[in-house]
Amino acid sequence: MPAKKPKIAVFKFASCDGCQLSLLDAEDELLAVAGAVDIANFPEASRRILKGPYEIGLVEGSITTPHDVERVREIRKSCRVLITIGACATAGGIQALRNWKDVKEFTRLVYASPEHISTLDRSMPVGSYVHVDFELRGCPINKHQLLEVLNAFLNKRKPNVPTHSVCIECKLRGTVCVMVSKQIPCLGPVTQVGCGAICPTYDRGCYGCFGPMENPNPAALSKQLIAVGETRHDIMLLFRGFNAYAEAFRKESEANEK
Amino acid sequence: MKNRIIKVDQLARVEGEGAVFIKITDGKVVDTKFRIYEPPRFFEAFLRGRKYSEAPDITARICGICPVAYQMSSINAMEDAFGVEVNGQLRELRRLLYCGEWIESHVLHIYMLHAPDFLGYEDALLLAKDKPELVKNALQMKKIGNDIMILIGGREIHPINVKVGGFYRVPAKSDLLPLVDRLKWGRDMAIETAKLVKTLEFPEMETDYEFVSLRSPDEYPIIGGRFVSTRGLDIAIREYEFHFEERHVPHSNALHSVEKGQGAYQVGPLARFNLNFDRLSPLAQQVARDIGYVPPVKNPFKSIVVRAIETVYAYDEALRIIGQYEQPGSPSVPVEVQAGIGFGASEAPRGTLYHRYRLNDEGLITDAKIVPPTAQNQPTIEADMRKFVTAHIDMDREQLTWRVEQAIRNYDPCISCATHFVKIEWT
Repeated sequence: MPAKKPKIAVFKFASCDGCQLSLLDAEDELLAVAGAVDIANFPEASRRILKGPYEIGLVEGSITTPHDVERVREIRKSCRVLITIGACATAGGIQALRNWKDVKEFTRLVYASPEHISTLDRSMPVGSYVHVDFELRGCPINKHQLLEVLNAFLNKRKPNVPTHSVCIECKLRGTVCVMVSKQIPCLGPVTQVGCGAICPTYDRGCYGCFGPMENPNPAALSKQLIAVGETRHDIMLLFRGFNAYAEAFRKESEANEK
Repeated sequence: MKNRIIKVDQLARVEGEGAVFIKITDGKVVDTKFRIYEPPRFFEAFLRGRKYSEAPDITARICGICPVAYQMSSINAMEDAFGVEVNGQLRELRRLLYCGEWIESHVLHIYMLHAPDFLGYEDALLLAKDKPELVKNALQMKKIGNDIMILIGGREIHPINVKVGGFYRVPAKSDLLPLVDRLKWGRDMAIETAKLVKTLEFPEMETDYEFVSLRSPDEYPIIGGRFVSTRGLDIAIREYEFHFEERHVPHSNALHSVEKGQGAYQVGPLARFNLNFDRLSPLAQQVARDIGYVPPVKNPFKSIVVRAIETVYAYDEALRIIGQYEQPGSPSVPVEVQAGIGFGASEAPRGTLYHRYRLNDEGLITDAKIVPPTAQNQPTIEADMRKFVTAHIDMDREQLTWRVEQAIRNYDPCISCATHFVKIEWT
């Protein structure tokens, strides 16, 4: 009998499906992956659902309902390793924009079902409710990074996922700085690399898909953004994007909110 | 077995979270629900106060499978609001990018999501164990679509290069030429695909649907045009909401669209094909005729064949665009911000996607409405389920459940798309 292959499961919460699609978009590697592991629970691709426990669970999407909270706790119990994939699962995603809206409408909501408001009112990352073994950033994630992380956990080593800024990547690619040369507002100095610094390569500023880098200095960047002609409102919107609720971006967007 | 309940708690091989509920009492189907339980994400609410220029990137995040559709419908609406027309090579590049999405999405659906139903496999990876070459070729076909999106859009999921007025950067002709040989291979493979899926076994089920799609004077519909239907509707995009409305049904987190005074209708590949056969390229028309497919095709299970014909078209159209391409002098046309209201529509792989925005004089969005294809098809999907179960009421439970799932997958439903539009309702 062949050795039992490790079981992998994919779970979805509030999201666009793009990050789990990255697995199906790994056209050159998909069949090799399917040969090395047992894709035991991946509803987007298969109606075959094998029961847990699973060696690795990949979780996409943010937690937005009381039921989600219960479900993610059950999922945590069924997975030896839990990896969140994408900005929704790691930072609450674009739907976290409601985290500000509903605060303003709080009085109206008090008269609704108060016991549910705290969770219904917020789109939160998976890590707010359960322990996460690794958070893979990106909106969407980079499929090569996903394969690297899977490989690393299956082989019990540390994933090689850099945490430095997009700026470093532009230097490595030889891309001329869009903010210096063209006064284009760019989140590259505070955003974690992972996309390959594609936006500056296409003559536009980074808009923060991979969330804050390690030890960012967003306040310093805001000063530079003012210098290239952005208003505080522009800056607030720029930080309040796909990783709006990641702490460093959240604080900077609030600091620029009138 | 006169009384039965058929339930599928999590529908597989679709994008997003949906469930099926069918109740049979005294041998009659008394209830069919295609329930969408994926929680709403309230895009229309939080778009308010955002810049017009952010709409393409924000709405792309409604769907990771068809982000280009959201980008194109939103820029069309914004350009409509500003009275800007994007023509010539910039428009051709948009079409080329969209062809990439059609190829990627259609090949994914044909081989990975839908074919396993016809062939009795639970998924394409199990199919690959028996027919590795078939699945390997399918993955390479799909990859070509993704590579078009990477080249023009910067990446395949949530491209970064689309903006109101055009693009941030446009490719040189020499950037596109390496795609030509692969596109030709893909086109040949798509023709083989059409011949292959035509031989699948289709349950007999025809319905006199009202098909609705966009239509243009001189091209197969991808971006813009007019709304037309097989019952004679012919309206401008900005008139859409006079003729169609969305209703909130208790069992679903997605709104159901209906045509006022008419009811259910169908958008997607069958609708486009039936209404625009004469706009397909000569090659795609020939392939369709050779396999015996000419309008009207009214069996929803045969959508897999029409998807294959559209895939032939998408490769063919991509080759046409690259063949005539000349790099435009500027990557975008200037846009002058003004207050107003704009309407946009385009053909997502799974059907027409409508956007409407109201903007203030700073270009901030004050109101947004988005009607995705799956919301429009939902009443038709439920009607199909009812019809299928009624006709096969004696089929064993497991088979019937699988076939009903297949009947839903006929529409390539994108549940992630369909759920983002419910207004918050507190009771």
